[in-house]
Amino acid sequence: MEVRDDVVDILAGFALFSDLATPELESVAQTLDESWFKADERVIRQGLTGSGFYVILDGTATIRVDGKDRATLRPGDYFGEISCLLGEPPVSDIVAQRPLRCLVLPCERLEEFLVAHPRVLFRLLQGEARKVRNTTRWLS
Amino acid sequence: MVELTPAPFAPGRYPLVVVGSGPGALQLTYSLRRLGIEHAVISADDAPGGMFRRWPIFQRMLSWTKPYAEAERGSTAYERFDWNSLLADEAEHRAIMPGVMDGTSYFPSRPEMERGLVAFAERTALQVRYGCRWESTRLDGGDLVLVTSDGEYRAPIAVFAVGVAEPWRPPVLAVAGVEQYGDLRPAETYADRRIFIVGKQNSGFEIATGLLPWARQIVLASPSPTRLSVDVRSLVGVRARYVQPYEDWALAGGVVVLDASIESVEPREGRFIVTTKSPQDGSALTFDVDDVIAATGFTSPLRDLPQLGVATFGQSRLPAQTSFWESATVPGIFFAGTIMQGSHGLRKHGIPSNSGAVQGYRYNARVLARHIAEEKLGMRLERRRLAADDVVPFLLAEASRGPELWHQRAYLARVVAVDADGPYDDGIQPLAHFVDDSGPDAVAMTLEANGKDDPYPAVYVRAKGPVREKLLAPHPLLDFEGEAYRRELADTVHDALDRALAR
Repeated sequence: MEVRDDVVDILAGFALFSDLATPELESVAQTLDESWFKADERVIRQGLTGSGFYVILDGTATIRVDGKDRATLRPGDYFGEISCLLGEPPVSDIVAQRPLRCLVLPCERLEEFLVAHPRVLFRLLQGEARKVRNTTRWLS
Repeated sequence: MVELTPAPFAPGRYPLVVVGSGPGALQLTYSLRRLGIEHAVISADDAPGGMFRRWPIFQRMLSWTKPYAEAERGSTAYERFDWNSLLADEAEHRAIMPGVMDGTSYFPSRPEMERGLVAFAERTALQVRYGCRWESTRLDGGDLVLVTSDGEYRAPIAVFAVGVAEPWRPPVLAVAGVEQYGDLRPAETYADRRIFIVGKQNSGFEIATGLLPWARQIVLASPSPTRLSVDVRSLVGVRARYVQPYEDWALAGGVVVLDASIESVEPREGRFIVTTKSPQDGSALTFDVDDVIAATGFTSPLRDLPQLGVATFGQSRLPAQTSFWESATVPGIFFAGTIMQGSHGLRKHGIPSNSGAVQGYRYNARVLARHIAEEKLGMRLERRRLAADDVVPFLLAEASRGPELWHQRAYLARVVAVDADGPYDDGIQPLAHFVDDSGPDAVAMTLEANGKDDPYPAVYVRAKGPVREKLLAPHPLLDFEGEAYRRELADTVHDALDRALAR
């Protein structure tokens, strides 16, 4: 049973963790907890406190704002970081479209985690920059 | 001449079959019987107790039972201070544990825990078919068929309470001679030896604590840093009972606590050469040790359930479950006992439920029994009507003393709902069910913790639309029944309950 090795292999293929060597990936895999959600189950709930930062290992999820579907998330995508970084409840639901396997880190531990893994922090910043760029393009 | 009582529950068809005879199964069969639900209980063991017939290996529990507490022994409020007794409706069957403990510690010894479980089973006359091993499973029409050492059991519903107690080790530790939790030698045989323990959670620190008086040196290693329960204010971290090796390391007493991944373990002339690598800088260390012990987690013995379609996840291979502990992928298969931790709930602030421990899953069992009764068997259980004026004091009393809320924070909630006749106590419900599923206008009261502050009441209001959350302030004495709480809760629930509360 090589469950956690499976997680390490999956993480190694994601842009967010692409700079990490195996021992650091193992540390990441052990620091984050694994969760599983059935289709239509809410992962993050709009307006509720105590959420977390999620990385999708397998499956797809919907970003749903005020009941309206906005976008789809796929393996390697992550969510919940804005709520964590701002210390505010999420502004959208994230709902599993089909069985969804994630790693999760509670918001309270995200800062410590990112500071301990600066290459992940840099990749996360790149991801946020892409989101801002895409939003700017959409607005213009 | 001794007359032998025939074993109960001969193979055949039943409305429901429970597998197991540990505390999870005992609590569930008790709760099902109280509701008059016919069912069979089978167990491979030959007596009640489950894993507590063997473990913890150093023979004392992590969960306390306080013989003297700020609540009368046997009262509902006392359950907050007694983590180990199973729950009973009859006064004479409550709080069994303090009665079987010798008073030398408020953590029961393993034999005391086993005695308490046996006493509960005997006094409440629970019936279990012992020595009946569940071997395989298949689906046949609407029935589950459990093939056992005694024959076949058929039922539309099966509940598996088989524990999460099979030691798991990663491939790097699949080396002859590497020991693991559960098969250690007597402590004195580790005298004057160098011991390398892989794993820095409670089981690793439990082993280190037990071997501390004997070992020449102890190394504890795993990739991520140790977290202590006293720091994170939850049961996520290493418990205070096992912190002595950590202090030994902190004071440079000889124990080594290392954040490192295990690169290799090589047997050499009766010893082991262990090579580790740092996650920070990739630097390697080599250890020449006499013993290597894997304390790398546990899995659940689900046998062929995954082949039947039961989805599992995580290192422990826990079955993915609904809010009511039903397999998320195979309807009719439920779980009880410590496996219930696979139903993760909201996990607010990353703090898991206590469903992995007796003090958590004993309440889940009662909720599950009622759920099966109503949703699977078509029974309608009575709800207690509440006077409108009683709703707020009732909910605040629950927040202050309700044991379900204290032990299952942000996981189980007391729900008061409203219909045309006014408010009623809708019982204890999984909070995730309340928040995510539709239902009548209602208020759910729970206790929450954020890992930093004292616990605080949290109120969820479902009124004509999405559920809203309202957090109340913590109180240094954990008393939430004062006037300020009354006013704030009354304002909060008014929207939901206005029809009932309108005076």
